Amino acid sequence: MSTLELRDVRNYALHGVSLKVASGELVVLLGPNGAGKSTLLNTVAGLIEYEGTIAVDGTPMDNSPPQQREVGYLFQDLVLFPHLDVVSNISYGLRARGWPPNKIKRRVAELLELVRIKDLASCYPWRLSGGEKQRVALARALAPFPKILLLDEPLSSMDLQTAKYLRSEIKHIQRSLGITTLYVTHELQEAEELADRIAVVVEGRIEQIGEPQEVFFDPANNTVLQFLGAPNILECQQVRHLSHGLVEAMCSGMPIVVPEEGSKINRIAILPSDVYISPSKPPGPMVNRFRGVISEIRAFQDIARVCIAVGVNQLWAELPSALFERMGLRKSQEVYIILKLRRIRVDPCMYSALPH
Amino acid sequence: MRSLRAEVILALSFFQMNNWKKIKRPGWGLLPIFIFLAMWEAIVRLNLMPGQLLLPPFSVVIREFFELTSTGVLTQNFFHSLVRVLIGFCAGSVAGLIVGILMGWKKVLNDTFSPIISLLYPIPALGWLPLLMLWIGINEALPIVIIFICSFFPICYNTTAGIKGVNRNFVQVARTLGAPDPRILLTIVLPLALPSIFTGLRLEAGMAWRVIIAAEMVAIPTGIGALLMRAESLIRVDIIIVCLMVLSLMCLSFEKFFQYLEERITGKWTGHVDS
Repeated sequence: MSTLELRDVRNYALHGVSLKVASGELVVLLGPNGAGKSTLLNTVAGLIEYEGTIAVDGTPMDNSPPQQREVGYLFQDLVLFPHLDVVSNISYGLRARGWPPNKIKRRVAELLELVRIKDLASCYPWRLSGGEKQRVALARALAPFPKILLLDEPLSSMDLQTAKYLRSEIKHIQRSLGITTLYVTHELQEAEELADRIAVVVEGRIEQIGEPQEVFFDPANNTVLQFLGAPNILECQQVRHLSHGLVEAMCSGMPIVVPEEGSKINRIAILPSDVYISPSKPPGPMVNRFRGVISEIRAFQDIARVCIAVGVNQLWAELPSALFERMGLRKSQEVYIILKLRRIRVDPCMYSALPH
Repeated sequence: MRSLRAEVILALSFFQMNNWKKIKRPGWGLLPIFIFLAMWEAIVRLNLMPGQLLLPPFSVVIREFFELTSTGVLTQNFFHSLVRVLIGFCAGSVAGLIVGILMGWKKVLNDTFSPIISLLYPIPALGWLPLLMLWIGINEALPIVIIFICSFFPICYNTTAGIKGVNRNFVQVARTLGAPDPRILLTIVLPLALPSIFTGLRLEAGMAWRVIIAAEMVAIPTGIGALLMRAESLIRVDIIIVCLMVLSLMCLSFEKFFQYLEERITGKWTGHVDS
């Protein structure tokens, strides 16, 4: 169990990054492509030069080469050694550190068990599927008992189903080993699922760091808000329990049904891309469906953003330009909106001192 | 482990097919060659050749082959050439490999030597001959040095390119796993550069035979090349053809040997051979 601290780390892509990661904590670096997230990992691993201080357990390791930093690094494209079989890939770091053969054997067996690939031990990487390669790469990174684990978009090349499964498994392994972890992704949902805390990285700076809900409901500034996709946030006054694990929250006059997560709901949030528009009355029960009037339209190259007034609320919806033109939406038109149930995020408590 | 017999069949099958998974033993692939030889024999025997082309039938060539072998003329000259090729090629390859690895691995060495090698590399090996005849004189060292030069530059060049072509991420990940740089070079970079290195070895192994013949024809009194020149002056087309056949077989054998070696080493991890 180790702590990681970055103090004012700078180089060509990072402009003064400071970050404290507690022992056993998983911090997700979330940001758009080219924000410097991978550079940050490379810096921690000692693979590129930087100014500033990176300390593990309070000891600066700025003068240590990558070999001595005791980080386990899972690269984005995994980079399994193609000429070594699974066992040799996993044991590479152990052999390099001069472990005795019987100790290596035990450790490898342990790891094969941990990532559940025992029957692939003698395969070469070309034979493995994406998910299997992933597991081997993770086992290889974990083998020499690193103090810090660095994961660079490890699921970006997987299909959705595999990614979802591996995500929960990575989380499980990280929890059970209690290893301090930095995890890079550009996907909000992935970050929310995995993170103890999220650090939003934009243009080489950490714009905000906090628990997932905190970041989502209280974006520190406009940069974070824009990156998150400017969610619609509604304050809720009253909560009524329904059956089937659902609750109905009365938010500024709109009864909104959300999945039940604890008893309190202070605010709910939904991304504009999760708000659907229908010019006619949609079929089905009128749950999370509201009638409103278009109050503003902003058309961009690929997408259109439409603001709909529902009672006193102004909700933004986002849709592809092609769809927007097909529907022929115009200002003052009466439309229906649909809020996707599972995409509504719930804030059970207040993080900032906003008047409530 | 495969049996020796299987190994021999495997090696033989390389003479006819690159994809040895499909055809495991030599057989039908040799048929066109037999047809070609039979037609050659028939055309000459039936006097179907136009004009006064000096072409003996294939059977005469074969008889001459055994004749030359039994008198020791062919074996001796072949042996001379073979030794020269082996010494020159081995020395050139080893030197080329070492310099190539160092240049590929250390940027400062590459920056220093690359301009010089780029200038020397395009000179055809035989272009050195007049210079070396004056410097070394006409003796056993001359063909060996020519072969050395002919092997060194391309192998050095291919090795450098192979090493530089290895994805840097492999090196980075090995570093984070705690491996010191010399170990990374030996256990990661060098194996991954093998396909490119083998390309150089394969091409140059055949090239060494082409060059030695030319060198022997011009300047050395022994070896297959010299035998060729003597046969020409005696208008012995059968001997010329015997020499050319030996040459063809040697070029092919050397090239296929390295192709086979490469498959044996890298086949497992590129998926061409089952592990």
